[in-house]
Amino acid sequence: MNWIYQPWPWYVAGPLIGITVPLLLLVGNKNLGISSSFRHMCAAVLPMRIPLFNYDWKKESWSLLFAAGVIIGGFLAGFVFANPDPIAIAQSTQDYFASFGIATSPGLMPTELFNWQTLFSAKGFLLMIVGGFLVGFGTRYARGCTSGHGILGLSALQWPSLVATASFFAGGILFSKYVLPYILSL
Amino acid sequence: MKNIKYLLIGTFFGLVLTKGEAISWYRIQEMFRFESFHMFGIFMTAVPVGALSLWIIRKFKIKSSDGSDIEMPRKPYHHGIIIGSLLFGFGWALTGACPGPIYAQLGSGVLVTVVTLLAALAGTWTYGLVQKYLPD
Repeated sequence: MNWIYQPWPWYVAGPLIGITVPLLLLVGNKNLGISSSFRHMCAAVLPMRIPLFNYDWKKESWSLLFAAGVIIGGFLAGFVFANPDPIAIAQSTQDYFASFGIATSPGLMPTELFNWQTLFSAKGFLLMIVGGFLVGFGTRYARGCTSGHGILGLSALQWPSLVATASFFAGGILFSKYVLPYILSL
Repeated sequence: MKNIKYLLIGTFFGLVLTKGEAISWYRIQEMFRFESFHMFGIFMTAVPVGALSLWIIRKFKIKSSDGSDIEMPRKPYHHGIIIGSLLFGFGWALTGACPGPIYAQLGSGVLVTVVTLLAALAGTWTYGLVQKYLPD
């Protein structure tokens, strides 16, 4: 039963993620996508008179259940059957983090950065609040995220999804190289 | 209750994302720094498996469980695909999470990431509010 505690290599996790695409189509003709769940929650809670949020979100309630499932999956894999060892990232990445005083303790997130105390500092505000805002704003503007464009759209050979995925990476690579070091130094 | 299957598939998806460490802030930084193959390997195996499944569905005209024809996903181009995706990329580098992993990070017990989720909802809502002023 060791495998359930250990992290899974890319050649196990990747194909299983890919399997989700036909699974959703076969079970209920649904398209893999997660960022749309944000839209449905906005439509359910605070639609006001915003055109983007005025539709029958209850017809899309499967998407909210799917999102709730991802929370449960995260709980099982990251809490109940959590890897007891520190994450095995590349030595060069570890050294880079160490230069900012960030260690790799057991767990998938650096607790030095993601905790309630840092939330009320400039660093935590940028990482969680500004970061989360950009994820929500950007994915809706792009009408899809890493799942909807990066996995499903690319699987369906949709060239706009390739443009989207290239842009996700361009944004992330540029940001982590030129901006993130200043934020981590705060 | 017929929708409970989506809760189960979501659980499977979240479990795999988490066991594959795709929800890890460390892994996302490592990926953006090109210091490991791990995350790229996930994409490079997930997409062909998805593509092959879609090809099989189309080739053999496999129907959905309710008997309906499976429609191939279409993702038309609009300018937001570039602008929005770049903004999302910045957020991905900050939070270490795309939308799926935001839920999984929360589930994995890093409870403060509920703030990331709420901020993502605020971002989505704000996009809706200003959509009419932005290029499509």
